[in-house]
Amino acid sequence: MADVNAKSVLTAPIFKNNPIALQILGICSALAVTTSMSVSLVMALAVIFVTALSNLFVSLIRNHIPSSIRIIVQMTIIASLVIVVDQILKAYAYEMSKQLSVFVGLIITNCIVMGRAEGFAMSNTPGMSFLDGIGNGLGYGFVLMVVGFFRELLGAGSVFGFTVLPTVQDGGWYVTNGLLLLPPSAFFIIGLMIWVLRSLNPEQVEENEFKMKENTQPKEAV
Amino acid sequence: MAQGNNSIKKILIVAFALCIVCSVIVSTAAVALRPLQQLNQELDRKTNILNVAKLYEPGMDVEEVFNEDITARVVNLETGEYTDEFDPETYNSFEAARDPASGRTLSGEKDIAGLSRVEKFATVYLVGDAGDPDQIVLPIRGQGLWGLMRGFLSVEGDGNTIVSITYYEHSETPGLGAEVNNPRWQSQWKGKEIYDEEGDLSPEIHLTKGGASSEHEVDALSGATLTSNGVTNMLQFWLSEEGFGAYLARFRSGTDPEDAEDTDTNFDDVEGA
Repeated sequence: MADVNAKSVLTAPIFKNNPIALQILGICSALAVTTSMSVSLVMALAVIFVTALSNLFVSLIRNHIPSSIRIIVQMTIIASLVIVVDQILKAYAYEMSKQLSVFVGLIITNCIVMGRAEGFAMSNTPGMSFLDGIGNGLGYGFVLMVVGFFRELLGAGSVFGFTVLPTVQDGGWYVTNGLLLLPPSAFFIIGLMIWVLRSLNPEQVEENEFKMKENTQPKEAV
Repeated sequence: MAQGNNSIKKILIVAFALCIVCSVIVSTAAVALRPLQQLNQELDRKTNILNVAKLYEPGMDVEEVFNEDITARVVNLETGEYTDEFDPETYNSFEAARDPASGRTLSGEKDIAGLSRVEKFATVYLVGDAGDPDQIVLPIRGQGLWGLMRGFLSVEGDGNTIVSITYYEHSETPGLGAEVNNPRWQSQWKGKEIYDEEGDLSPEIHLTKGGASSEHEVDALSGATLTSNGVTNMLQFWLSEEGFGAYLARFRSGTDPEDAEDTDTNFDDVEGA
């Protein structure tokens, strides 16, 4: 975080420092809302909006936030923004807000938003913080879209609601995989994504925290 | 700076100012967007009603068709008569169920749909001529596997033949229980009959495994036994004397629910006469 430039702040969180794949934040909502791509997209946009603006506002008043109540101040800002997003969705994208239901509200507890406010916006200028929020939102959205793509394609045979693989239920040939519509499948897909990302960027692989001692005598294994 | 920020005075000022600003933003958004949100909810409800009455086509003007073809009336569930006590535009049966005056508590064995409380008056939607409707759309609700399912059942003017069923709110498993809204499954309901020849108020319609064989049976949802049970239970409940049984009986026997005073309200007597 020593030298901060606009481009790296915006793009690094997408692949190099992805909040879900590397920092393992915000997994819960990634499991819940990725059953279809259109829902994932709206959720991603909502999170981008909230992270960007919460970073901006926290950064604007960062010199006046008493450190003893800083977490509450951040939460208040984040919660207000999330309520505004929720209200806007209910007014302009009613169908979508019905599908997202409680998960819009749960953006408040999304660790990415809080993490960026505390970890970046508190110590950087408003402009940079805004970009950082957008970057991290994009990183989150990227993972959501990839997971959503595979889940909707293999689970329901469609992409963005358009049928790609005609399913057996509708007289086609593709037998849908029900597991992909259930939350555990997102774990598998995110796991595979992390594997791919870390194979491409080997520097993301963490050092072992401890080394296991080899068995010296056969009876130790029993 | 840090010292100054952490004085009690500064903490109170920052906290107070932040709360004021945030509450103004939140309440402005809520108040400014409320009319649009209510419009959406209303539109959603009307779309669902048109949908279950098989009148809905994508891109149509829902508001206009609804106003033209559909009349809402409030029904007294006990007698099956219409009532003018409530305005169907504003009457809310979910709130009425909770109110001690307009709702009642269900005892254990009667509460097959898992509702615990139910309203005494319910809104129905008449398609076509309100005096002699083509279809009657009834609101139904009950427990599925994961939670309450709310929907509409559309019945032909004879008070017995089903047109369609739809759920506008449920939390069933995607791909299994959520198939209640699959058009292919819904299309099986067309022409099914609720009651048998005996003319009592106990509905015969139910879901069954392994292929529907009579006009009272509909194929259950595969892999969703508990959702299917929930659908059966809520139909059994809402179409019995606890729900719309008495009201539908008037259509079956040809007694207009409108002129309640002149006729005997007891369906058994009407049958016997």
